[in-house]
Amino acid sequence: METFQAFEGLVAPLDRANVDTDAIIPKQFLKSIKRSGFGQYLFDEWRYLDHGEPGMDVTQRHLNPGFVLNQPRYQSAQILLARSNFGCGSSREHAPWALQDYGFKVIIAPSFADIFFNNCFKIGLLPIILDRLIMDQLFREVIETMGYTLKVDLQTQLLITPDGEQFTFNVDAFRRHCLLNGLDEIGLTLQQTDKIKQFEQRHREEQPWLFT
Amino acid sequence: MMQTLYDKLWEQHVVHTELDSANSTTLLYIDRHLVHEVTSPQAFESLKIAGRKPWRINSILAVADHNVPTTDRDQGIHDPVSRLQVETLDQNCDELGITEFKMDDLRQGIVHVIGPEQGATLPGMTVVCGDSHTSTHGAFGCLAFGIGTSEVEHVLATQCLLTKKSMAMRIVVDGKLGLGVTAKDIALAIIGEIGTAGGTGYAIEFTGSAIQALTMEGRMTLCNMAIEAGARAGMVAVDETTIEYIKGRPFAPQGELLEKAITYWRTLHSDPDAIFDKTLTLNAASIRPQVTWGTSPEMVTTVDGFVPDPANVADSVKRQDMEQALNYMGLQPNTPIQSITLDKVFIGSCTNSRIEDLRAAADVVKGKHVASTIKLALVVPGSGLVKHQAEKEGLDKVFQTAGFEWREPGCSMCLAMNDDRLSKGERCASTSNRNFEGRQGPGGRTHLVSPAMAAAAAIAGHFVDVREID
Ligand code: SF4
Repeated sequence: METFQAFEGLVAPLDRANVDTDAIIPKQFLKSIKRSGFGQYLFDEWRYLDHGEPGMDVTQRHLNPGFVLNQPRYQSAQILLARSNFGCGSSREHAPWALQDYGFKVIIAPSFADIFFNNCFKIGLLPIILDRLIMDQLFREVIETMGYTLKVDLQTQLLITPDGEQFTFNVDAFRRHCLLNGLDEIGLTLQQTDKIKQFEQRHREEQPWLFT
Repeated sequence: MMQTLYDKLWEQHVVHTELDSANSTTLLYIDRHLVHEVTSPQAFESLKIAGRKPWRINSILAVADHNVPTTDRDQGIHDPVSRLQVETLDQNCDELGITEFKMDDLRQGIVHVIGPEQGATLPGMTVVCGDSHTSTHGAFGCLAFGIGTSEVEHVLATQCLLTKKSMAMRIVVDGKLGLGVTAKDIALAIIGEIGTAGGTGYAIEFTGSAIQALTMEGRMTLCNMAIEAGARAGMVAVDETTIEYIKGRPFAPQGELLEKAITYWRTLHSDPDAIFDKTLTLNAASIRPQVTWGTSPEMVTTVDGFVPDPANVADSVKRQDMEQALNYMGLQPNTPIQSITLDKVFIGSCTNSRIEDLRAAADVVKGKHVASTIKLALVVPGSGLVKHQAEKEGLDKVFQTAGFEWREPGCSMCLAMNDDRLSKGERCASTSNRNFEGRQGPGGRTHLVSPAMAAAAAIAGHFVDVREID
């Protein structure tokens, strides 16, 4: 995983609550056995007027001009503002993969669904939880201001608006450490191999039926 | 100290806890890893690239379910992309020696149906799968939750997960369910009450006399839907119903080992004074058959109710959400639910495709015929063994005579990754768990209901109250 560096990025607003994983990446694209290439199908049913299937040449498809990410002013956005319960639904990691592959590095919402939230950290996409009132303010400012950007600093856990206004956010210490250093969690866990083996042996003695 | 069931299950599996913050990160040991074709290929690939091997092959049980066709199975999968995904799972399992029920195996079926059916899901276990409806298995007094592909790889490589303990919620359902009211209706009623984010951050334990009275299949339906309430895990304490269900299943312990296991399993319940972070109480007798009207499971009402009016909602985000949903669903506010006509009916999915579900639906359709306005009514059993049992009981004939199609097991039109799907604008009564936009096919409109309600709707061509039919 790449290290998560502080950056300043263009912000796009997705003003809908309960955006589910089926909306983020529709199931027909889940048939891929690869980890990349999902960005072109992000929000497929909202983004295009025609129905998408894997392998299609997206440059030939009809964009939905009404969908926010299709507006010229939000091209190459790296930060997505969203509403509550973002990422609800399935456990598909294809959803964070698609957001990241599209170019997003940060998703900000008042709340996220558990599995989605968790999956984001595993791939270096940063989900930030902010208070609903602050979210309302950011939505307003983004819509009113062309080229609205935010600075994101994970080390200090600060978001900074173009006016210099600062908002703090909270990322749990272990996750922050992993993101900042781009750590491979499997590698970290395997450093605990002895502990796992000890546990396993005791567990086997106590509940032998689990190991048949 | 008094412990909740969740505390007990958690504690039994802690390998190590890193005290790095208020909510510390725990290395949790995983007993059972269920695998299907959609969320595993990338995990197997990365594992191989990193030169790692699965930690404990015997903990894994694999099956293809999402992409499999429900007709002409002997002809294989004609969609090359789907076929490759299923073949990739076959190959990975063959190479690594993982037990897999292949497409032509009688035991093949939806991963959350076959785990319990085989006795591969046992009380006290930690069960994970790259699928959010893994919460289903919590019905057995185990800790079961869905994970993403990176975590699938993590469990393959280390038999553990780095995770955090959730808060504990208790949902007490006391009293007696009315006739025609099922576990599905309890689940939808709860979600209607707390919302799809109501359980976020919690592991839910369902308790109370109405839960104890449920069969294992009912408990699975309920725990299956815990994720739709936002909770990663749902669970029910072990009792005699649990133990009776497990005895004699292929992967379950036998003889002396079983006796030893049962002694332990009987401890798997919350202590009387255990403290929960939140408690919700429902009266079973007041729950009526449920029908969803929108594009989120929380957009639900009772069969004798009406499509709600966004004009009555003060919160602007919520109102906009409702308007969008009604627009997508092609529904007007204040429409009586029973006047909503349907194009298709789907009985199946990991929520409601077990034998009792099929029996309940068959009971309703017996001797009747699907309405002429219904384009397709589909019954998709949850596994080959469920299908076999249903055929032994003659349920296939009941359905077919009534005009239903009787299919091979799989996820089918629950998420329409195979050929079974809704066309744009088509409206479906479905026993599945998600009514999201496009879930059953692009532009398709889904109403979630119980099997009996779906069956009754197929006969009438519109929703009807199962409590009023004879
Ligand atoms: S039946 Fe539906 S919800 Fe269940 S595992 Fe299959 S696709 Fe997922």
